[in-house]
Amino acid sequence: MEKNNMVTIHVMGKKHEVPADLTIMKAMEYAGHQFRRGAGCRGGYCGACATIYRTHGSYKLQGALACQKIVEDGMYIAQIPFSPAEKKRYDINEVRADDTAFLEHYPEIARCLSCNTCTKACPQDIMVMDYVQAALRGDVEETAKLSFDCINCGLCAIRCPAEIVPYNIGQLARRLYSKYIDGPTEHVLDKVKEVEAGKFDAEIEEMKGLDRETLQERYETREKRL
Amino acid sequence: MSYVYPYEMSTGKSGLYFTFKPENASFKAKIEELSGENIDLCFQCGGCSSGCPLTEEMDLLPSTVMRYAQLGIEEALESTTIWVCSTCFNCEVRCPRGIDIANVMEAMRQMVLRTKYDRVSLDDLTPEELRELPQIAIISNLRKLTA
Amino acid sequence: MKIPYYPGCTLKTKATNFDASTVAAAEALGIELVELPRWNCCGTVHALARDDVMHYLAPIRNLIRVEDMNAEGLVDEKRLVTQCAMCYNTLKRANQAANDDPEKMEKIRGIMEKEQEYSGNVEVVHLLEILRQGGWDRVKEAVEKPLTGIKVAPYYGCLLLRPREFGIDDPDAPKIMEDLLEALGAEVVDFPYKTKCCGAYHAVHLKEVAADLSQRILKQAVEAGADMVATACPLCDFNLGERQTEIKKHFPDFESIPVVYYTQLMALAFGQNEEATAFDVNDPDPRPVLAEKGLV
Repeated sequence: MEKNNMVTIHVMGKKHEVPADLTIMKAMEYAGHQFRRGAGCRGGYCGACATIYRTHGSYKLQGALACQKIVEDGMYIAQIPFSPAEKKRYDINEVRADDTAFLEHYPEIARCLSCNTCTKACPQDIMVMDYVQAALRGDVEETAKLSFDCINCGLCAIRCPAEIVPYNIGQLARRLYSKYIDGPTEHVLDKVKEVEAGKFDAEIEEMKGLDRETLQERYETREKRL
Repeated sequence: MSYVYPYEMSTGKSGLYFTFKPENASFKAKIEELSGENIDLCFQCGGCSSGCPLTEEMDLLPSTVMRYAQLGIEEALESTTIWVCSTCFNCEVRCPRGIDIANVMEAMRQMVLRTKYDRVSLDDLTPEELRELPQIAIISNLRKLTA
Repeated sequence: MKIPYYPGCTLKTKATNFDASTVAAAEALGIELVELPRWNCCGTVHALARDDVMHYLAPIRNLIRVEDMNAEGLVDEKRLVTQCAMCYNTLKRANQAANDDPEKMEKIRGIMEKEQEYSGNVEVVHLLEILRQGGWDRVKEAVEKPLTGIKVAPYYGCLLLRPREFGIDDPDAPKIMEDLLEALGAEVVDFPYKTKCCGAYHAVHLKEVAADLSQRILKQAVEAGADMVATACPLCDFNLGERQTEIKKHFPDFESIPVVYYTQLMALAFGQNEEATAFDVNDPDPRPVLAEKGLV
């Protein structure tokens, strides 16, 4: 990292000089911010670091994950550490895997304008409008599949002009899909049966009796033995 | 909204005379702009009112609402009429002057809705209702009656 | 003939009988309705406020999808068929605005930045229009089980005929549904309220008002001697059909009458199976009356 490859960013209005190849999150920490909220896995998976930014000269307020997005010169940044959306309470055993599930608990999806603002805000490149629309017409499978990459960061919810919280829809759809449509994970259940039947007992007993060096050697050569 | 008389009354020899006050022109202009209709064309034939299926639920008849619009009387926005209208366009079909009164109703609704006013709320619906109502009903209802 | 087909949200969920019977009946007439592979809710009602831009996005996206379908070779024509009367009205009006208002289209284009440009060349049609164009004799030819002895009252509702500019027939004296029903062999029953509003979206919050308007329509149909009412709109079907329990609450003397979609009668007359006629979804059930007449 060259010392003179720095860029200027503004965090909540305050100007900072930071190295050019850092993510927003690292850049903010470089600048002295300490994350108490708004940071989690740091790997683009938990959705905690939802960030709104604007690039220099642009009028657009865009969304990103702070742990993934690299800073740019002139970037103007603010964070959304929490989206206060309501998650409706439901008993998954009593919900039907069709449009009624969504209309009963989140009837506001009827207000969707198909404006695509949610899709534009999504840092995961999900077709958010399409999955909300799929929910509205009761296509649970399509909703579940399209929303698969969603990490509940909340950027879609804070921008939606119809005040819908899309990620709640996706979550409900995925739960319904895995419970009612996809079916049980047979291979896991079969493996559990094998374990309970004692298929691996002898091998485990053997390994318990090994010394540390042999165990280590076995571990390091495991892929070759397979 | 406080009610301000848009006209001055004077008792002349043969009855009451109304003089339209110019400052009430803005309400009328706004309605014309939002609805795209020429309000002045209405000559109060009452055809729209006679064809309207919802008049029993209305406090003002559609033709009265048109008259209020012409005179710039903002009280029209406080009527139940504009909310009970079901946008069936019977009025549009009947109007001999080609006015789409449904557009005027929508313009008035929008003037109120755009002040962050929701006429109805999803909270008033039971889970059973939400499950049984077809999408076409919920969506159109929210479009017409919420901000 | 392969025509792009827009079902609308309700036909996929609460009005599957309309969807199934439409596709089946069209097939019997040599029309393959190809559902748009990607579509969104049209918004139900046309944006009447002149300054509105946002509410055009939904219908115009669907029109762009028709052009996508053409580009992908799934269909080779730019007509879009829809059955839901509200969808028909909204798509048609938005389409006209897209063609007549270039300034608005410019704004819409700006907001829909990731979409193709809409050429304005899609034509929104209703299945009844296609049938009328093809000639009622073609419908007659496809009839295997004429609906003899059944008295059907056609109910148009509002948006299929109004505003005047966008209707599929004369709003004062329509006859397109009558012509169809006659071609199917049914006896048409005329009644004055066949174009009167059923209460529409007031079914949500003003249930009694919608129930009142609906019962007036049904009462007239019964008094005119009808065995059933044929409708072309899922909201009308809901108000006149499913909501009969609500009507009964406020009008104890109300006499029930079955309500069906006109395409269900087409499928029946064409001799198609139960999956096509889909009468099991209708409430009240029309099958007892149909059985009486020897049609099921």
